[in-house]
Amino acid sequence: MTFRSAVITFPGSNCDRDMADALEKVSGTAPHRIWHGDADLPADLDFIALPGGFSYGDYLRSGAMAARSPVMQAVIAAANRGVPVLGVCNGFQVLTEAGLLPGALLRNAGMNFVCREVVLTVSNSQSLFTAGYSAGQEILIPVAHHDGNYFADDATLDRLEGEGRVAFRYAEDVNGSARRIAGVLNAAGNVLGMMPHPERMIEPEQGGTDGRAMFESAIEALASV
Amino acid sequence: MKVRVYVSLKNGVLDPQGRAIHHAIEGLGIEGVRDVRAGKMIELEVEPGVTDAQLEEMASKLLANMVIENYRIERLAA
Repeated sequence: MTFRSAVITFPGSNCDRDMADALEKVSGTAPHRIWHGDADLPADLDFIALPGGFSYGDYLRSGAMAARSPVMQAVIAAANRGVPVLGVCNGFQVLTEAGLLPGALLRNAGMNFVCREVVLTVSNSQSLFTAGYSAGQEILIPVAHHDGNYFADDATLDRLEGEGRVAFRYAEDVNGSARRIAGVLNAAGNVLGMMPHPERMIEPEQGGTDGRAMFESAIEALASV
Repeated sequence: MKVRVYVSLKNGVLDPQGRAIHHAIEGLGIEGVRDVRAGKMIELEVEPGVTDAQLEEMASKLLANMVIENYRIERLAA
């Protein structure tokens, strides 16, 4: 079985190679590399990844410009058809700006760029991205961001929690995020945005392999369809 | 004609930048400042035919993120 994935590159993306490398190492198939100006995506994609970085220099707001680029219209259409979409770091910011996920990512409460490994608690182990983890499991994944402070109004946060749409939480406060939320799912469960970088924890040489199960879960979910 | 769009954070949204500015003001030795909120102002040069509805659309769909921000549009006399 071939895993047909795509990694979108915006001007200023800088984790796109890491993401493509992780997808290739885990799935055995190199992803399509898509440029932001492309209005179309390859047909029959199994997985779309929006990588980290500083798309458009974070002009206006992090992710604001990328969310309105031509390729994002195709990504939104694919997400609405049920194609799994993973947004990491800047990719998460793009997903909220594009309206695919609720809330917004504000400047870190401590004002500092945070770049270190953090412990995450898996809150939802039922999604196609997280089925390879167990609920409550603690995993070690690095963060590297300035605008990772997840914000949504209380009603939205209550709804996310009630519907099991909080995928990951920080085990301790990292950036001021509401309810220590590190990653959220859309209502259908096929879109995940998260600030930590699972693609940086694929091989032992990277300091750990806790990110690998996320990509394995997505591949397995596809195989079982 | 010139149009200014003022974008500000909604009440209740933490503004660490405003807080840092507040600290810096205190560092100047000036007392009496109770709170600081930082926003941004975007100045547009538009043709007279651009309607209020179009300006509202620009502001609400792009210039401000309505999850966290408010905006105010001001048309300047030519």
